[in-house]
Amino acid sequence: MNSAAATGTTPMLEVKDLAVNYGAINAVRGVSFAVAPGEIVCLLGANGAGKTTILRTISGLLRTTKGEVWFKGEKISTMPAHTIVQKRLCQVPEGRGIFLNLSVEENLDLGAWVVGKAKDYQEDLNKAFELFPRLKDRRKQNAGTLSGGEQQMLAIARALMSHPEFLLLDEPSMGLAPRVIETIFQVVQDINKRGVTILLVEQNAMQALQVAHRGLVLETGTLKLQGRARELLESDEIRKAYLGEI
Amino acid sequence: MIDFFQHVINGLSLGSIYALIALGYTMVYGVLRLINFAHSEVYMMGAFIGYYTSRMFQLDQNPSFMNLLLVMIVAMAGCAVIGFVIERFAYRPLRGASGINALITAVGVSLFLQFSGQLGFGADPKFYPQIYQPAGEWSVGGLQVNPLQMIVAVIAVVLMLLLQYIIFGTRLGRAMRAVSFSRDTARLMGIPTDLVISATFMIGSALAGAAGVLVGLIYPKIDPLMGVMPGLKAFVAAVVGGIGNVVGAVIGALLLGLSEEFVVAFGRSTFRDALAFGLLILILLFRPQGLMGQNLREKV
Repeated sequence: MNSAAATGTTPMLEVKDLAVNYGAINAVRGVSFAVAPGEIVCLLGANGAGKTTILRTISGLLRTTKGEVWFKGEKISTMPAHTIVQKRLCQVPEGRGIFLNLSVEENLDLGAWVVGKAKDYQEDLNKAFELFPRLKDRRKQNAGTLSGGEQQMLAIARALMSHPEFLLLDEPSMGLAPRVIETIFQVVQDINKRGVTILLVEQNAMQALQVAHRGLVLETGTLKLQGRARELLESDEIRKAYLGEI
Repeated sequence: MIDFFQHVINGLSLGSIYALIALGYTMVYGVLRLINFAHSEVYMMGAFIGYYTSRMFQLDQNPSFMNLLLVMIVAMAGCAVIGFVIERFAYRPLRGASGINALITAVGVSLFLQFSGQLGFGADPKFYPQIYQPAGEWSVGGLQVNPLQMIVAVIAVVLMLLLQYIIFGTRLGRAMRAVSFSRDTARLMGIPTDLVISATFMIGSALAGAAGVLVGLIYPKIDPLMGVMPGLKAFVAAVVGGIGNVVGAVIGALLLGLSEEFVVAFGRSTFRDALAFGLLILILLFRPQGLMGQNLREKV
């Protein structure tokens, strides 16, 4: 039923019967799923379905009303956000969330906060610039001067500076040109091939399912549907709900 | 001409005292979006810590520059602790609540410190011991200046450069700027934002403590309500410069110090306070983001 059973490995991330309220609003109501090591899982759903709420709760920015989140065999849903990052679970927030008042390099340096200013820092920086050469040319520039695509690349590069084993990506394609979106999804796959497990939130269902192994579909705070990405791409329900609109 | 020059120095030294206080307002606003009205009382506490330290070690027996430095360091450390305690016990429990709760609490802490001060230190003004008396008049470029005013301005500039270094040259400063941009995103980087906020309060309070000692050098009369007016002026300076902006706070404060000095110089000293608040009204009417402030979207 869940991915652990499906893949035969212990799940890396487990969300158990999760409920989250915003004041009187039940944003998420009893959602359970698991992500196995090495997977790319995408979380689909319309606006307000609860996708971002789930990511923010996993990261510790929001508290659960009910249920638990486990990561690498540890319960993380009661830990403060900055401790969760130390467990190598890192989020690229919605709307890129880079520090527009800091330079590109300062953003990357803060990404490495949990790693400390080790010797690897320069090496990590070089790796980031290798992955996104355009950031290297703009390293001294204020992040606010970057284009939308460059900002998204910076947000991903910054997350990689923390040596994540698990990456949460919140709508990385939002507001970007189709060509840039393609690059971003390519990068997501590359990162995954290097051994980083990924939970991806997207509205862009078609493209997300093409890179993901599995998909979860949320509807008003509950899990409506889940399955292999290929099966979802072929499912009538998904086509009608998401792909038909495109 | 000589008068003019001396007025400029006086204005700059008054302005630099405002600046040291204004920096605390603007830094705390930067990380918490809170006007910390208790900040003017931290400045008052700095003056009293300096007063009691000087008395205890009888530093006015043989005044020296070392005495001044010693007293400043003690006052800065004491105020850092006070700032930490205020944030930890008054503001942090309200972190999730609406901003107005913290604002009312700030006013409460301010009153609490004013009247605890009256209870503890007595309401009568005290004369600040002369812990440092530079000899005679100094001449700068052929012009005579009052050395104390000059030294106050120089020390303030050194402290401001130190702050500039912390904010733009260290990891802590980078974290402070990150928290000021978005606390949630900073947490996602693994930055312990509560610690960064504590550090911000401590640094801002230490600067106010230094201002409390420096003001004792040039206006040697202190009392528990002494923080009210300079605190408001420094707040005006921070708003005029663009609240949340460190450079703006310094510019606003120097501008205010100079204008006040010249209003007095022209024999209109009764307009001194009106000038500061008139400036505030003008800025709020015509450039609400302040001189250096960017017109950022309001974050709620």
